[in-house]
Amino acid sequence: MKKFLSGNEAVVEGAMIAGCRFFGGYPITPSSEIAAHISARLPQVGGKYIQMEDEIGSLASCIGASLTGLKVMTATSGPGLSLMLENVGMAIQAEVPCVIVDVQRGGPSTGLATKVGQGDVHQVRWGSHGGYPVIALASSTIAETVEFTIEAFNLAEKFRVPVFLMTDKIIAQLREDVDLDSFKDYPIINREPASENDEFLPYRAESLTDVPAMSAFGGKHLVRASSTTHDQRGIPTSDPEKITFKNERLFRKIQDRADEICRWESDLQTGADAMVVSFGISARSAKQAVIEARAAGKKVNFLKLQTLWPFPDKAVQEASEGVSRIVVPELNWGQVALEVERVVGKNIETILVNKTNGLIIQPEEIIAKL
Amino acid sequence: MSIFTYINEAKLPTFWCPGCGHGVIIKALAQAFDELEIPNNKIVVVTGIGCFGRADDYFMTNAFHTLHGRAVAYATGVKIGNPDLTVVALMGDGDAASIGGNHLIHAARRNLGILALCANNRNYGMTGGQYSPTSQFGDFSATSKYGLPESAFDLCALVQAAGASFVARSTVFHYNNLVKYLKQGITKGGFSFVEVLEPCPTMYGKFNKLGAAPEMIQKIRDEVVPVKRWEPDSDKLPIGILRNIDKKEYTDAYAEVIRKAGGDNGN
Repeated sequence: MKKFLSGNEAVVEGAMIAGCRFFGGYPITPSSEIAAHISARLPQVGGKYIQMEDEIGSLASCIGASLTGLKVMTATSGPGLSLMLENVGMAIQAEVPCVIVDVQRGGPSTGLATKVGQGDVHQVRWGSHGGYPVIALASSTIAETVEFTIEAFNLAEKFRVPVFLMTDKIIAQLREDVDLDSFKDYPIINREPASENDEFLPYRAESLTDVPAMSAFGGKHLVRASSTTHDQRGIPTSDPEKITFKNERLFRKIQDRADEICRWESDLQTGADAMVVSFGISARSAKQAVIEARAAGKKVNFLKLQTLWPFPDKAVQEASEGVSRIVVPELNWGQVALEVERVVGKNIETILVNKTNGLIIQPEEIIAKL
Repeated sequence: MSIFTYINEAKLPTFWCPGCGHGVIIKALAQAFDELEIPNNKIVVVTGIGCFGRADDYFMTNAFHTLHGRAVAYATGVKIGNPDLTVVALMGDGDAASIGGNHLIHAARRNLGILALCANNRNYGMTGGQYSPTSQFGDFSATSKYGLPESAFDLCALVQAAGASFVARSTVFHYNNLVKYLKQGITKGGFSFVEVLEPCPTMYGKFNKLGAAPEMIQKIRDEVVPVKRWEPDSDKLPIGILRNIDKKEYTDAYAEVIRKAGGDNGN
């Protein structure tokens, strides 16, 4: 069934396909339609919507509901994300699956409430104190927005980690045809249930890349979830060995398994001297720029990042082989460009094409740098 | 059955200072669970941060140790996620009245069926005895060396005004009443709030020269009066059940939303 969906509606369709059963929200432009639609959809399947008193409460309620065994989601924009950060850390530490949709708008602060921005790339990764990894996806089409919402749930459940879906004001409100039937057989991942046979440990892990199996509050096991650094029983610990194991595992279960997580779309040309790397709404301008540059006889590689965190180092390395410069169009002061530069080093020139005035980047502004 | 069905005896003595009221409060809560015979796996004890934030360590129930001030916000998700659970949010006065005040009043307004318990020792003990929103005008503390120029919250009045269906105040001196109120709060089927006045001899007592725990507990006893004998112009605080009304509980009201939306057909 083809539907003419906006990005915000696409998030709701993806969430329903993934099996979302709880949404804790707080209104904020330009994400509000997600809450409006899902508040009507969830009770139709026995799910629950609650509008909390602030964004701190909305993500906190999601974390609580997730621990009862439900798939949970919230949606916000930059200012709300700023308030949610303590709970991002909570979900990382307590290892609670949750999906956070960040419909980006222009900053800083209240900034440009109704205009586009892409300035939250580093905030989602580094905003929570301690600097532990999360997963973030970025969609640039409406079909991708449906798919990546499902994928965000899958990754959250699989890795017991907060997963961000990053869209923006334009993606949220532009409409494209999407065939929802094409997601009928899309794989759905559910959290691994803890064994009924072994002694139950809420954070049981053998290796540094393990993700502990889960039990829900109210089930057979007595579950402990904790924001304090804890051992495998969920009890606070000051034993350096146990702390090392826990913290290193929080890092490695994401970073060492980046290959299982990272997705991108590349379109490479033999003999290319330049490359365009982009994501989200800016990737649409970038794609058009590459088409026009090639039509004018230039050889250009194109790389669209669909995963932003863990950063797809491998994709950037492979796609940049042989090029002398990389153009990175983005609606911020060079957040992805900084990562690209980290990956490729100084031998390849990284050129930022940016805008922070609420407008999108035009293809010709990218072509001028190729 | 005994309180040790719910309290892990191997973890005693508690890590709290001698004379602290927290141990008395968790004992009262365990006794309430015991007398109500609630299965351990159907209870979720949610804690915040501060001395009382460690309370979950002692409970052999589901335990959810969260962030400063957010216990009620997490408890909201837990209760809505599984309305069959007995959800108890344990908070100190910093948790409940200061950083978490917004969550407290909104959960009360929604009449969410949880028990929120505030252990009120009138200061931030863990961080060194700073004044809190329940410190009294003129109190001395680590951060009010010249006497506090602010007045205290009446938390029970606040939560009543916000819409809670059950509100009670007790002290660690009035132990048997405390157990009774906790049991009523747990079984109320609406938002229940129990404030417990207690001593913090290590910090609040030291800064205000209130003596050791026994003297502090006597002072707490003397500054309260049963609500039946309480007069509005009294300088004493009323203890007892301050509100007990029947109104629709949130998850029951939301079940109605699900029914209207057609989602109650086994999905």
